[in-house]
Amino acid sequence: MSVIPDKSSDLTRRKLLGRAAAAGLLATPAASVLAACAGGSSGSKTNTGTKGPDNPFGVADNSKVDVVVFNGGLGDEYPKFDKTLFDGKHGKVTVNLSSTQKIKTEQQPKFSTTPADLINNSGADSMALDTLVNDGALTDLSPLLDAPSWDDANTKVRDTLLPGTVSDGTFSNTFYVMNYAYTVFGVWYDQALFDKNSWTVPTTFDEFFTLAAKIKAAGIAPFAFAGKYPYYMRWALMSWIWQAGGKQAMVDIDNLKAGAWKTPEVTSVISNVEKLVKDKLTLTGSDTLSHTESQQAWLDGKAAFLPVGTWVENEMRKTIPSAFKMKIANFWANSASDKAKGAVFAGSGEGWIVPKKAANAAGGMEFLRAMLSKAGSAKFAELTSSLASVKGSGDNVTNSTALKSANDVMKAASGDLVSFKHPDWYADIDKAEQNAIGELMAGRMTAAKFQDTMQAAADKVAADSSVKKQTRT
Amino acid sequence: MRHGKARFVAGFLALPVALYLFYVVWPFVQAVAYSLTNWGGFSDTQEFVGLANYTKLIQDELVRKAFWHNVFFLVTVPLFTITLALFFAFLLNVGGRGNRAGIRGVFGSSIYKIIFFFPQVLSLVLVAIMWSAIYRGDGQGLLNGLLIKVGIVDPEQPVKFVSDPSPFLGVPTVLWWLLLIAVWGGVGFYMVLLSAAMQSIPRDIYEAALLDGASRVHTFFRVTLPLLRDTVSVAWVYLGFIALDMYALVFVMTPSQGGPDHASEVFASVIQFNAFQRGQFGYACAIAVALAIFTLLLAAVQLRITRRERIEF
Repeated sequence: MSVIPDKSSDLTRRKLLGRAAAAGLLATPAASVLAACAGGSSGSKTNTGTKGPDNPFGVADNSKVDVVVFNGGLGDEYPKFDKTLFDGKHGKVTVNLSSTQKIKTEQQPKFSTTPADLINNSGADSMALDTLVNDGALTDLSPLLDAPSWDDANTKVRDTLLPGTVSDGTFSNTFYVMNYAYTVFGVWYDQALFDKNSWTVPTTFDEFFTLAAKIKAAGIAPFAFAGKYPYYMRWALMSWIWQAGGKQAMVDIDNLKAGAWKTPEVTSVISNVEKLVKDKLTLTGSDTLSHTESQQAWLDGKAAFLPVGTWVENEMRKTIPSAFKMKIANFWANSASDKAKGAVFAGSGEGWIVPKKAANAAGGMEFLRAMLSKAGSAKFAELTSSLASVKGSGDNVTNSTALKSANDVMKAASGDLVSFKHPDWYADIDKAEQNAIGELMAGRMTAAKFQDTMQAAADKVAADSSVKKQTRT
Repeated sequence: MRHGKARFVAGFLALPVALYLFYVVWPFVQAVAYSLTNWGGFSDTQEFVGLANYTKLIQDELVRKAFWHNVFFLVTVPLFTITLALFFAFLLNVGGRGNRAGIRGVFGSSIYKIIFFFPQVLSLVLVAIMWSAIYRGDGQGLLNGLLIKVGIVDPEQPVKFVSDPSPFLGVPTVLWWLLLIAVWGGVGFYMVLLSAAMQSIPRDIYEAALLDGASRVHTFFRVTLPLLRDTVSVAWVYLGFIALDMYALVFVMTPSQGGPDHASEVFASVIQFNAFQRGQFGYACAIAVALAIFTLLLAAVQLRITRRERIEF
C-alpha cells in the first residue's frame, strides 16, 4: 500500500511536465541558439535508405536500432509486440530491445557520445527533460507527426493521436517527447450495481441530485472521495468550473485575475458542491479517508461514485470484487447551460525520446511509428490496462470495462481538454486550495467562505512582488 | 609519558572527530549561512539578505502556529510519558507485595516489560500507518468500528480523530490524538530506562522503608523518585527533542500534511513546505536554525533547573 498517493498517481508526472515545460519556455532563446549550432553539424552518420510511404524516415537496410524500455508499472512486454510489427515491415533491420529501471544511470553517460536510438525516459531514475531540451540533446520528432501513419498512408500520425499529446510533448515550440500512455480523470461507478437498480449516470448536477435520493434510499452513499488528500477532489472541482465557465474561467483563475473566484459560474459550482456535502450525499467519514481507503469503500459497494483517474484499476487490482464492472464517466456538467459542457480532463505521460546523437534516429522514429500503429497501441492497452495516446487504442479491449469506458469518454470528448496550472505555479495557492477544499468537503466551510478564501489567497500572491508570475492563454 | 598518552588518545579521536565535523557540524554551519540568503534550492545563484528571513519568520502566522503546537507537545509529551513510565517501572520492580520476603515487581513483570517495549522496535512510519487504521474516520476504523458496535458512537457521526481541527481544552483535537501515539510509543523505552535506574537503588533502602511500615505510595515518593532524579531529568530532555519533531506522525497521518487547515502544523512540516514546495530554502533554513537555537536553550535551562546535589550509593 502506498502511503503518500502522489507517488503512484499521475500528479508527480503532471507536475514534472509542467515544471519542465515552464523551464523550457524560459530557456527558449538559449535552446534555439543551441539547436541552431547542433543543426549545422548533425548529419546522419548512417547511410539512409530510400524514403517512401512505407519507410518515411529512410531507415537503411542492414542497420540496427537500439531501443531502451523502462521496465516499470507498465512492464516491458508491449514493445516486444511492436518489434514483431517492425520486423514485419523491415526484415533487414535489426532491433535490439533492452529493458531497465535505471534509465538515467545507464543512458546519461552515453548520451553525448553513443546513445541508444530510442529511449523510454520514465520512472524515478529518468533524465530531466528540461536539461535535455536546453542542451539541445534531443531529436525533433515533428517528422514523425507529419509522417503517414503505420496503417493508412493517407492519414498523418499527428491525426491518430489523442488531444493534448502533441502539446504535452512540446518544449520550446518543438515536439521532442512522444508520451505514449494516456490518463483520463472522471467519476467512477460500478455498472453492475447501476444495472441492478436501473440507474443511469447523471450528466448534470441536477440529475445527480435526483439520482442521489434514489441511491441513498437503497442504503448506499452517493459519493465517496479521498478527503485526506484534497487534491483528488480538486480534479473534480476544476473540471466542473471549466465546464461551467468555459476555458476562460480557468485561464482567469490561473492568471490570478481579480474576482476570478467570484464569478456566477464558480459560485454555482461551489454551491452545488456545498449542497452535495450539506445534504449528506457523501460517504460518512469520507472527509477523513485516504485515496486507497475511499477507493476500497467504493469497491465494497458502500458508495456509488468516486472521482479519480484511470490508474485506479491497476492500483486496486488485488481487491476488485469479481462481479464489479468498473467504469469511468466524464465529470457531470454543472448545469445544462454550461459554457464548455462535456469538456474532458485527460493528459498523456510515459515519454519516449530520440537522442540528437542517435546513430540511427530514423530507426528510432520508425519504431515509434510502429508503436503508434493500431495493432501496437491496442496491444499496449490490452497488456497494461492503460490507454495509449492513440485514438481508439481501447476499441477492442475485452478484459477491462474500465479501459473500454475511458476509451468511450475520450471518443465523446468535445472542445479543449481541461487543464489548470495554478497549483503547480504557486505553492501558497496550492496549499490554501487544498485546505479550503478539505474544509468545504468536511462541511466546516460554506461555499461563500470558500470563494472568499480562494480569492484572498490568489489576491495575496498577485500582490506579492517576490513571487514570479506566469500566465497562460 | 603523559605527553605521549595525549598524543595516543588524540590519534584515536582524530578520525571520528573529523567525520563528525564534516558530516554533522559542517552542514549545520552551511544551514546557518543559507539562512542569511534568499536561495531557492534549485539554482546556484543566491543573494545575501542579512537577517531578513528572521524578521519574516517572526511575523509568519504559520510559524507562530507551529511554535505553539510544538510547545503543546513539549509540555505534554514528557509529562505524560514520564509519569506513565515511572508508574509502570515502579510496579514492575517494587510494586509487588507477595507474602514472601523481599522486594519484587508485580506478577509477570518480565513479560510486561517486553510487551511495553514493543512499540520501540517499530519504525515510526510503521507506527503511523498502523494507527491510521486504528484512527480511521469511518465505520471500518478499528476504534470507530468498536465504538459504533457498542453503541457509544453514532454511525452517522464517527469520531474524526486526526481529521478533527475543533479545539479540545483550547488545543486542536488532532494534536491530542497524536499525543496519545507519541506517549504510547515512548512509554516502553523510558520504562526500561527507569527500571534499570531503579534496579541500581540498593534493596536495603526499600527494606528499611518496609520495616518502618511505609506504604507503596510512600515508598515511591519518598525513596524511589528522589533517587531517580538524574535519570528523569535526562529522559525529560530526550522527550523534549521528540516533542519538537513529531514530523513523521504529522506527515503520514494528518490530512494535507499538517491539516486539516493547518490545525496540526509543527516546525518540521512548515520547514518542509517552505523548502520543498515553495522553493524557499533560505527561509526554511532560517526556521530550522531558529528551531535549533530554541532546542539548545531549552536543554540548557532544563539541565540547569534539575541540577542538584547527587546522592551517592
